Amino acid sequence: MSLDRAAREKLVRALAESVIQHADELTSLDQAIGDGDHGLNMKRGFEAVLATLPGLADKSLPEMLKAIGMTLVMKVGGASGPLVGTFFMELGKALPEQSIRADLVAATAKAIDAVKARGRSEAGQKTLLDVLVPVQVVLAGGGDAKAIAAEAAQAADRTTPMLAIRGRASFLGERSIGHMDPGSRSASLLIGAAVKVLEFEASS
Amino acid sequence: MNSSNSGNVGIVIVSHSPKIAEGAADMVRQMVGSAVPLAWTGGDIDGGLGTNVAGILEAIEAAWSPAGVAVLVDLGGAETNSEMAVEMLPEDRRARVVVCNAPVVEGAVIAATESSGGSPLAAVKRSAEEFYA
Repeated sequence: MSLDRAAREKLVRALAESVIQHADELTSLDQAIGDGDHGLNMKRGFEAVLATLPGLADKSLPEMLKAIGMTLVMKVGGASGPLVGTFFMELGKALPEQSIRADLVAATAKAIDAVKARGRSEAGQKTLLDVLVPVQVVLAGGGDAKAIAAEAAQAADRTTPMLAIRGRASFLGERSIGHMDPGSRSASLLIGAAVKVLEFEASS
Repeated sequence: MNSSNSGNVGIVIVSHSPKIAEGAADMVRQMVGSAVPLAWTGGDIDGGLGTNVAGILEAIEAAWSPAGVAVLVDLGGAETNSEMAVEMLPEDRRARVVVCNAPVVEGAVIAATESSGGSPLAAVKRSAEEFYA
């Protein structure tokens, strides 16, 4: 988990590209059950993150994560800006500079709690928490990169039959059923991109 | 964005639509004149529908009063971004800004009317929240 500068830059680029390349898909998911701005908002946020390279990657991993979070908070807009931004900021705050996998397990748990508090939400309400929470369980259970990425994708799929309780989609009531939650999709894209770079091996 | 000098509780209006935010502010002004510090913000940073933390922070600054600031918001993201903005304020100001759980237009008018009589922040928030509760 000690990422050198090149790996940190690679991580930032992978995160940003995962969202930017899928902006249209995120927008169309959000058009179905939200206000249709999720793809554009996330794209704007991660383009702003990319614009802070190469300096961004000079920072330590915790400081880099905090900076990414702050950029997302300021640039994304919508409810996603504070939610995704809070995740990165809290992850940065909780991670020691030289971190091992156990540190990441603990830090992601803290960051997820912060997202829950920010959105006053829990898993099961058709939000990004429905991806973050089960993926964190796989991470804590020692899953490798492939298992984590697979869980992220499956967890996003599992939001499709869910009834939205929080966010704009909750206005639709039962009509929110049958559409994947856009925030869950973007979370799964980000997680998929991150684990590809981090190349987790299974641990017990 | 507009304001006034006054010791009364400030009012900030946050809408996804700058037109709604500005229009609600006009309605507040009609009720209370310049007796209440007032600011509005709306739209994402590219000018589309949405809200943004930087704009909300600026509005809080513009409507700042030693008595505090009551923020009125419309939909979800406006609330989440406003709460984020409050947390990013300097510590001595943080406790003096509240986000009201009230309809944005009606809440702003009621909150401002309460503020114009010199009521403290808690009473301003309560008035906005209770009127339509």
